[in-house]
Amino acid sequence: MTIFVIRRVGLAAIILLIVAILLFSMMHLIPGDPTVVALGPRSTPEMREAFREMMGLDQPILKQLALYLGRLAEGNLGEDVWSRRPVLTIIFEVLPYTVTLALASFLWAVTLGIFLGCLAVVHHGRWPDWLIGLLSVGFVAVPSFVVALYSLLIFAVSLNWLPAIGAGAPGDIVGQLKALVLPSFAIGLGWVGYVARLVRAAMIEAMGENYTRTLRSFGVSERRIIYRYALRQALLAVLSVIAIGFGGLLTGSVFAEIVFSRPGLGKMTYDAVMSRNYPLVMGTVLVTSALYVTCMIIADVITAWIDPRVRSAL
Amino acid sequence: MTDQMPVTSPVLEMRDVSISYSGIIPAVTGVDLLVRPGEIVGIIGESGSGKSTLAQSILGLLPETVKISGQKLALSGVDLLAASDSTLRNLRGPAAAMIFQNPMTTFSPLHTLGRQLMDLLWRERHLSTLEKRQMILVALQDVGLPDPAARLEAYPFQLSGGMLQRVAIAAALLMRPSLLVADEPTTALDVTMEAQILHLMREIRNKAGVSILMISHHLGVIAELCDRVAVMYAGRIVEEGPVETIFADPRHPYTKALFACEPALISDTAMRLPVIGGEVPRPVDVGCGFAGRCSQVLDCCSVLSPPWVAVHNTDAPHLSRCHRSAP
Repeated sequence: MTIFVIRRVGLAAIILLIVAILLFSMMHLIPGDPTVVALGPRSTPEMREAFREMMGLDQPILKQLALYLGRLAEGNLGEDVWSRRPVLTIIFEVLPYTVTLALASFLWAVTLGIFLGCLAVVHHGRWPDWLIGLLSVGFVAVPSFVVALYSLLIFAVSLNWLPAIGAGAPGDIVGQLKALVLPSFAIGLGWVGYVARLVRAAMIEAMGENYTRTLRSFGVSERRIIYRYALRQALLAVLSVIAIGFGGLLTGSVFAEIVFSRPGLGKMTYDAVMSRNYPLVMGTVLVTSALYVTCMIIADVITAWIDPRVRSAL
Repeated sequence: MTDQMPVTSPVLEMRDVSISYSGIIPAVTGVDLLVRPGEIVGIIGESGSGKSTLAQSILGLLPETVKISGQKLALSGVDLLAASDSTLRNLRGPAAAMIFQNPMTTFSPLHTLGRQLMDLLWRERHLSTLEKRQMILVALQDVGLPDPAARLEAYPFQLSGGMLQRVAIAAALLMRPSLLVADEPTTALDVTMEAQILHLMREIRNKAGVSILMISHHLGVIAELCDRVAVMYAGRIVEEGPVETIFADPRHPYTKALFACEPALISDTAMRLPVIGGEVPRPVDVGCGFAGRCSQVLDCCSVLSPPWVAVHNTDAPHLSRCHRSAP
């Protein structure tokens, strides 16, 4: 198991290295002279030459790449173009907001989704199944920003139960939790439907397996077959999809963050792209890639933990 | 009159049982079958003849869309045609336990065998986990599984097909069933394993007196193990009788053709392997289902349903469903 994790982490490092190289090449493929962007169009050729020398842009490209990767290895993702603050610091300032939002959204959505999926299978072919099917499709179909706007109108503006914007004052746990409710609802709702559909389909498949027939032939109750046996197989099937979805949420939910004026990776990346803040964009891409591969590693470990066949093959 | 059943009352009694998928597609028509205590009855037939459907109907394992009708389908004297879900659930195991074709998929791949066997013993609520574990260990030992304690911690993929089939048999025997329904239990196993499993099943009957209903398409398996055999074709039993008389003197053309195709019985000098032309048709309402493939077909075969007649009338009758068998 330890070797398995180490191998996975090694693989993740290689993936991140490739991402970094791609990012570096992209920077050089972007049209325009970086020195003009940095110094402005009125700068003299001498000033640009001096700047080029200072930034190492006059070096051969492979050497530049080596320097860039070397800085990355030290944890230096460069400086923000406008504020001159380290990119990593800026990212780590907003990351907690994004992670809490992603966790909160996913926790309730996946729990409810699995529950509804099971419920649909227990009542397979009868009205609860139909109702859950209908709701699931509805949840998936409605875009999260629509849910965000409506929930904002109802619960924050009309009823005034919950804050409309922001993430809560630092130190104010209750306020922060309150500020989490509406965004996580807006983001999670679609996932409830998605997970419910996935779990239902995977469970129905599991219920058709030979081993469930064996259990049934011994008079084992349908309930136990569903919750102890079929559910485990179903979770295995939906795990990787859920992990990818969670990775996606970690990279930020732009809509929810904009609607609720919440700090977060999504909104920050959006702003950085719009203001051509390349070091910040590159830094965020690297960090989100790292978060993605971490999710996949965790999913792989959970898979190995659930499935003895995978475990033994390690 | 008492409720006590006489000793000779059958473990399984089927009278005129028909099974159809969605009420439209017939799989089994008008089957009469009797399994007495301590008897091993074989059902033989090609794929698609309805034998597995018949086997699964005994435990009510068919999907809800399947319609079972008939005069009687009784397990240990309880009529399943009128039984509620909970009655049926209570019969599963003690009245009849089942062994399935592919041992590799009989158990959940994600749970240890010990966990699964424990769950199968859900009826023994009065026993402690330790006592149940002891029961399971004894049962595994009885079917000749080496090192049973270690197997409880094992997952199905860590055992061979033969070992898993032994575990499945042990699980079935833990139910102390009156009837063991074995649906092609050795088809997925190699020949030496097959011989061992058949030996084990015979031992079970001799020691515990369990009746066995053996489903197979393998003539050798049936000849080896069974007391009586029913030949199934296109959803009907076309010939039935003691194994010795049927193997020595098959009367139905289908049975004859089936025996002619048995590789072990084909002479070395044969230039071509004998086959039965065509495929198994759906059960027919009129005439004989085999008429289209029969080499001895008569004019009446496709219009008149053949009679169910005794060809040898001893205490264990040999019956055949063929116009040519009629006196």
